[in-house]
Amino acid sequence: MITLEDLRVTFHLPRRTVEAVRGVSFTIEPGERVAIVGESGSGKSVTARSLVGLAGPGARVDATTLEIDGRDARRFAPRDWRHLRGGFAGLILQDALVSLDPLRTVGAEIAEVLRIHSSKTRFERTKEALRLLEEVHVPEPERRAGQYPHQLSGGLRQRALIASALAGGPKLLIADEPTTALDATVQAQILKLLAERRETLLLISHDLAVVSTLADRVLVMKDGRLVESGATRKLLSGADHPYTRQLIAAASGRRRGTTSEPGPVVIEATGLRKVYGDRAVVRDVGVTIRRGEIVGLVGESGSGKTTVAQLLFGLVEPTSGQVRFEGQRFSGVPERARRPLRRRLQFIAQDPLSAFDPRWTVRRIVAEALPRGEPVAPVLERVGLGEEVLDRYPRQLSGGQRQRVAIARAIAPRPSLIICDEPVSALDVSVQAQVLDLLAEIRERDGTALLFISHDLGVVRDLADRVLVMHDGQVVEGGTSKSVFEQPQHEYTRQLLAAVPTLEVSA
Amino acid sequence: MITAILRRAGAGVLVLWAAATAAYLALLAAPGSTVDAIIGDGADTPGIRAQITSEWHLDRPAVVQYLDFLWRAAHGDLGRSYLLQRPVSDVIGSQLLPTVKLAAAAAVFGVLLALVLALVARRLTSTFGLVLVSTPPFLIGIVLLSVFSFRLGWFPVSGDRGFAALVLPAITMGLPIAGTLAQVLRDGLDRALDEPFAVTARARGLRESAVLTRHALKHALLPAVTMLGWSFGVLIGGTVIIEQVFGRPGLGQVTVQAVNASDLPVVLAVVILAAAVFVVINTVTDLAYLLIDPRLRRS
Repeated sequence: MITLEDLRVTFHLPRRTVEAVRGVSFTIEPGERVAIVGESGSGKSVTARSLVGLAGPGARVDATTLEIDGRDARRFAPRDWRHLRGGFAGLILQDALVSLDPLRTVGAEIAEVLRIHSSKTRFERTKEALRLLEEVHVPEPERRAGQYPHQLSGGLRQRALIASALAGGPKLLIADEPTTALDATVQAQILKLLAERRETLLLISHDLAVVSTLADRVLVMKDGRLVESGATRKLLSGADHPYTRQLIAAASGRRRGTTSEPGPVVIEATGLRKVYGDRAVVRDVGVTIRRGEIVGLVGESGSGKTTVAQLLFGLVEPTSGQVRFEGQRFSGVPERARRPLRRRLQFIAQDPLSAFDPRWTVRRIVAEALPRGEPVAPVLERVGLGEEVLDRYPRQLSGGQRQRVAIARAIAPRPSLIICDEPVSALDVSVQAQVLDLLAEIRERDGTALLFISHDLGVVRDLADRVLVMHDGQVVEGGTSKSVFEQPQHEYTRQLLAAVPTLEVSA
Repeated sequence: MITAILRRAGAGVLVLWAAATAAYLALLAAPGSTVDAIIGDGADTPGIRAQITSEWHLDRPAVVQYLDFLWRAAHGDLGRSYLLQRPVSDVIGSQLLPTVKLAAAAAVFGVLLALVLALVARRLTSTFGLVLVSTPPFLIGIVLLSVFSFRLGWFPVSGDRGFAALVLPAITMGLPIAGTLAQVLRDGLDRALDEPFAVTARARGLRESAVLTRHALKHALLPAVTMLGWSFGVLIGGTVIIEQVFGRPGLGQVTVQAVNASDLPVVLAVVILAAAVFVVINTVTDLAYLLIDPRLRRS
């Protein structure tokens, strides 16, 4: 169906040339499910998009063989590519909120494919769009077709996006990180939907666990090259390449650090309730964190976990209930009273790029958090960064380096508690592992307590001593990490755990 | 929805009141007495002065005069022109149409040219736009006049007779609008084309031109509508110079005359009218936003 030999994709940018794909060869047989796995910058997306002629602006695609649907695609004119796209191959991208045109209804988006690839009348197209929505299990298709992407939940949106990719009756589906932006339970539903399909599937993902549930065969890419490939089962049980083994280790997780004796209480919140308008987003939540403890707060988007973080951090006043930090009242008091305690309570955001002033150097960013005159280099050393980053700007750092700078800034004033809101969600798995190791190390060395907020249960299981599970603004279950993950009591926790794709490594 | 409309209307009234009051105070502070302005070049005797003072109620305290002005204005009575001794609404009414015609023609021309530039001649847009924006409109007007009217004789030199007389002034005023608007549109299109939904659209097999017009254009319209609303407001003010250059009747001429002669009621009326135009345009802009972007509509 697809035969690639020595595929090279080079981007000629104004100032430099980037070799994104450097000699990749593989074939895809009809009916196969193949996955390309790799981290950002590995060239996996570019490879997949080259198959529909959408490698990107300024891209030069070379190959000794580029055979798609039995034809030599190296000589394709724009017309041939257009005919191929949507018709032979459907493309599903990450996060339908931005991958579907936000200004058009999902029905119109699906019908558009039919306008190009069929001779159906307007009426027939509308009907077909409804049928497609039904096929991807969207309830009430008539109502949904008339709605805009922002009016649909993440799961429904992604289903609509899949419906639009299916509309042209493609033989090949290319799914590029199709579940990355989704919560665990929704991700499980979308994976199930993709598993139902009969089309040949090319799946692109950074997540080996997701891939292992769907793909027959896995190709591992790194730095534009194929480092390993093979049947999924075989690859997981005996990977040859160290990079593949690293990916597998990162995806299967491991316990970090040890639970020490709990120290004195650092922060205590009781009966927290927050009402916006007539909606209670947080209902009767209590949290106690002791010195040196890592508490995980898990839940899906909309469960209220971010609001809890804001309440604990003193950014939002609770409607009722109170927060005490280091024995002093932290809620219901003027900001002036909180300010002397602020240095003791730090925050790490998901995306440090937006939390840093882009015009500040690393030196200035960290120095701001330190007492005047104290040197910056020792703090950076503690997070594993050398002096060479001191005069760089946030944009000049990699994602992992940026998060290290964020951690350096957080630990600089020697806080007793750091609230981390999805601190590794934006990072590649191998970088994720390094940052998690660093956080565990800081807890062990300094006795700093961490509140670790995440929708990623695997990460929380590896790191947290205790876990709180939030659902609909309430803590539905709490306990030690071991007990919650091994013997979940609440129905919701069980659902959440069942939805997480796991990697079964037989070796 | 209804409260939103009421709030908007209330804000509009507030803007009109503030504009009227500011203009009233500014004219009050201007040199020369009202009586001088009314007499103009006519006979000037103490008797006539006394008569004018009592006839125009100029002997009342300033606050009473101001409140009286507001009360009448609220009822649609903008007073009489000192200079022309006619109701202000007549003076302005007769000159409003040519100006609106000019502004509308300029706006339509500007928008069409901007669309052509942004969609078809994408490479040219930035150079062309820069030249247009940095050239003063009156200069463009004079150049157009000397080439097409004096040398080629294609269009009349002055006046407001027929469509031909509208062409050159509308182009003159429309070109700078097209320049800025095309830049804003092109920026918006470029940004939209970088979005993931543009990749999805291409992946459906859509032609590049269809990706532009069916998807990206709507996104680019959002900033362009704001820009256009602002330029239309400026257009009304810009007519003053262009009407002079092309010898056209219109609000611009009336305003210049009224300011020179301290014709308070006319100046006030023009200011209120201009404020009203801005209020209306802002409202229309906001409504256009709702029409274009469903995410702004509250369900």
